Amino acid sequence: MEYPKELHYTRSHEWLKQDGEQAVVGISDYAQNSLGDLVFVNLPQEGDTVTAGEPFGDVESVKAVSDLISPVSGIVCAVNEELLDAPENLNSDPYGAWIIKVESVTATEELLGAEDYQRLCEEEE
Amino acid sequence: MKLIFEKSVSGRGCSILPPCDVESASLPYGLERQNPPALPEMSETDVSRHYSELCRQVHGVNCGFYPLGSCTMKYNPRIDEELAALPGFTDVHPLTPAEDAAGCMEVLALAKRYLCEISGMADMTFQPAAGAHGEFTGVLLIKQYHDARGDKARTKIIVPDSAHGTNPATAAMCGYQVVNIPSAPDGCVDLDALQKVLGPDTAGLMLTNPNTVGLFDRNILEITRMVHEAGGLCYYDGANLNAVMGIVRPGDMGFDCIHMNLHKTFATPHGGGGPGAGAVGCKEFLRAYLPQSSLMQEPGHLQVRAFCGNFLVVVKALAYLMMLGAEGVPQAAENAVLNANYLMQRIKGTFRPAFDRICMHEFVLDLSEFKKQTGVSALDVAKSLIDYGMHPPTMYFPLIVHEALMLEPTETEGKQTLDDAAEVFRSLYALAHSDPERMHKAPHNTPIGRPDEVRAARNPIVRYVPA
Amino acid sequence: MGSYIPSTHDEQKQMLAALGLDDFRELYRDVPEQMLLDHPLDLPAGMSELEVSRTIRALAEKNRRFHTVLRGAGAYDHYIPSIVKYIPAKEEFLTAYTPYQAEISQGILQSIFEYQTMVCELSGMDAANASVYDGATAAAEAAAMCRDRKRRVTLVSAAANPDIINTVRTYCYGTGDEMRLIPEKDGKTDPEAMRALLDESVASVILQQPNFYGLFEHTEQLSALAHENGTMVILSCNPIALGIMKTPRDQGADVFVAEGQPLGMPVGFGGPYLGMMATTSAHMRRLPGRIVGQTVDDKGNRAFVLSLQAREQHIRREKASSNICSNEALCALTASVYLSVMGPQGLAEAAKQSMSKAHYFEQQLCRLPGVRLIHEGEFFDEFLTALPKREAVLSRLSESGILGGLPLKDGVLWCVTEKVTKQQLDEAVSIVKEVLAE
Repeated sequence: MEYPKELHYTRSHEWLKQDGEQAVVGISDYAQNSLGDLVFVNLPQEGDTVTAGEPFGDVESVKAVSDLISPVSGIVCAVNEELLDAPENLNSDPYGAWIIKVESVTATEELLGAEDYQRLCEEEE
Repeated sequence: MKLIFEKSVSGRGCSILPPCDVESASLPYGLERQNPPALPEMSETDVSRHYSELCRQVHGVNCGFYPLGSCTMKYNPRIDEELAALPGFTDVHPLTPAEDAAGCMEVLALAKRYLCEISGMADMTFQPAAGAHGEFTGVLLIKQYHDARGDKARTKIIVPDSAHGTNPATAAMCGYQVVNIPSAPDGCVDLDALQKVLGPDTAGLMLTNPNTVGLFDRNILEITRMVHEAGGLCYYDGANLNAVMGIVRPGDMGFDCIHMNLHKTFATPHGGGGPGAGAVGCKEFLRAYLPQSSLMQEPGHLQVRAFCGNFLVVVKALAYLMMLGAEGVPQAAENAVLNANYLMQRIKGTFRPAFDRICMHEFVLDLSEFKKQTGVSALDVAKSLIDYGMHPPTMYFPLIVHEALMLEPTETEGKQTLDDAAEVFRSLYALAHSDPERMHKAPHNTPIGRPDEVRAARNPIVRYVPA
Repeated sequence: MGSYIPSTHDEQKQMLAALGLDDFRELYRDVPEQMLLDHPLDLPAGMSELEVSRTIRALAEKNRRFHTVLRGAGAYDHYIPSIVKYIPAKEEFLTAYTPYQAEISQGILQSIFEYQTMVCELSGMDAANASVYDGATAAAEAAAMCRDRKRRVTLVSAAANPDIINTVRTYCYGTGDEMRLIPEKDGKTDPEAMRALLDESVASVILQQPNFYGLFEHTEQLSALAHENGTMVILSCNPIALGIMKTPRDQGADVFVAEGQPLGMPVGFGGPYLGMMATTSAHMRRLPGRIVGQTVDDKGNRAFVLSLQAREQHIRREKASSNICSNEALCALTASVYLSVMGPQGLAEAAKQSMSKAHYFEQQLCRLPGVRLIHEGEFFDEFLTALPKREAVLSRLSESGILGGLPLKDGVLWCVTEKVTKQQLDEAVSIVKEVLAE
């Protein structure tokens, strides 16, 4: 299981990377591993508003669906539409396969550093 | 095996219609079809053999034990099929004047009498076509009731987390916010949790009793009283009625409206996924809100589908009810409960029941410890049962039990079948310890092995396209 | 008394004894004493199979039999080829549950996959579901699948079947969404009125082709109007007509729905019927209900499974767009068998003959004094006429074993299928003529 040091994490297993003015959001290695083979992603549209702590989409495995919770409030400025055709990228490369980018960020969820997040995951196991 | 399209031969067909005996009319210009639909071109022999081949690859109740929990897979009497197929019923147009359809009206009236008596309700509609459709209809009764009183503040429906997925989905379809309350460890309603969420915004509660783990909630009168005191109504999901019909009535438990699955409790067949019928009953004060067909009955009411519902399914249920009668209905329930308890008793020396106490018509096995010991999952056990000629139980439901297998034998299985099934479970328990690998790969004797569901979902192929 | 309990009295005793119980009532120890029914159900005593058979046959006899049916309005009396009744009656198809266990359900799964393909062939669409309850609920479910966060309103043509309109209205009442009725003009959807109702809140428009009065709508024009506004088009079609009529997709539909009853199901006093639904690949994942997909098994053989299940209520719970669980699988099988027996030629023939006979009947009727078409325009196998002495005419037809058209507005909505012969139509015309001459 990987927990890249440069990222921040939510308790609901999303990761966040600050890229200049933009916040990039994805799901963690732990998340993809516990969800199993992902088969579809429901994505928001560019221009949609997201709210910290609220769902902005979901990911589907064969027998489960799981909300994607936004770590930040802001406006979606990019959506990784490749995931619509290749949701398996979330399994094979969770930290490369970003889901959305958010700008005009006004609020941020309580985030964990890599070490704290790793501890949380190990407790959940 | 080949698809019907792969068996089609251009130019083949069946002789069905005579030549047209009037002058031919044609479609308006521009509305003609460009290419005929690529339907199969078959002789009647081809059609007959194709479907015979398909039906050999299906496990029905007629083939063997089918203890699929929460689905009440009881035997479907053939006489019910024969009677529902009488031309005196099948040929009646739904918009026939009532006096010319007196027999159909009487069927509905009689079925209503039986089911109102069994459920403790005052009136009933047969319009809903299935259980979930009945839930939708029932919760709309609740919504109309609050709306008619101008009580717009009631925006929430309470659903226990052990409920069938249809309950929360139904509440959402009725515009309600779903409040999930955690169940007590035995799947029963946690009264404190219920009290916490009740209030002036409570529209109602949706509940099955016996609940989804197969236990009767002893606090039921207290539960319905609490909801009523908060101004909400109580909806009874009749999915598990088979355990208690003729023994205790949902109306007497304090419920205001109910759906009954005629295709579970009243022995009409599931047909590989339908048609069912979800008769919805209600107490007197909700009667005015029952749906009606605007074409067939009175306009100005809500309606949940065309005409008056799956009438021919109602004929089957009525035939079944007439056969059982006043004394046969509770006997069916008692034997359903006896069979479940007996099977659980026979199995529990090996696999562990999630709740080791007298159950109702179904029980849940908890295989989480077993899986830790052997590596064999509930899925592996389910798939292995297939090799012994049994349909697997319901898997991984209810969600509150891990590695769950839910068994519902129904009253139409005899002692010998239950003894045999218990032996199968015993063998599998041993096999899991001696050759778990074999169980991971089960089933072994079926037309196909385990299908790749991930592939099906990632790259959906949902229709045949000729190569 | 009838019973389907195999265990003998002795066996029941043995089983109770194995549980350490003496009596059935001890099984119900969790039920509070005061709630147990303390009296027998107030119902007739049970009966033997023979008695039940007699009783229910007597009820069937109480229904009036008509040798000629000239009434449609949502339920159509087409000819049902004999084999169509026998195949869905096979016990394996009849008694199985929803095919959750693919390994022992390939027969049902494959039959649904074949059904989905046939629905796509009829409609020109890419993906169909395994069915919903009937044509009216198919329209209501389609309206729900077209909504998104911004567009919530559904427009419905006033020229659609009233049961469809009212069912859509009911589903909209449920979710708290708005339904607006597009007025009709001369029996068809009024395009000007529709244009005026379209705004950026409108998610979809529901049209019926041919419509409730049997008339062909200008669907391509209406679809273009909707699409210009970013609104999706739901087209409800008579599936028999699709044997000869342009596909719904070519008429501009984004979602196809239909009442599938004409495809081999009896009118049966209203059910069970078949709700057909199909759409383009872009909207496939928004379809409600079961969908069967093709995949491979662990040895690489073709296999079929229930697929895309994460859309459904048992996984998505309150976030599912529909609560549908059981559908009308056996009716879908019936439709598949019907379409396989009829084939493309047979279906086209049923459509042509229904239409031709309806036109013949209309011509003969409209020669009679005071009988005339209420609406201008071309029609399929139903038409609305004015009819003097309406009640007298219908009751005289009924006395002669003919179920006449449906009284509607100021006229009568007639329907003719391929099942009716010229001779039967001539007989009906002469009866109408007699009554009008009295």
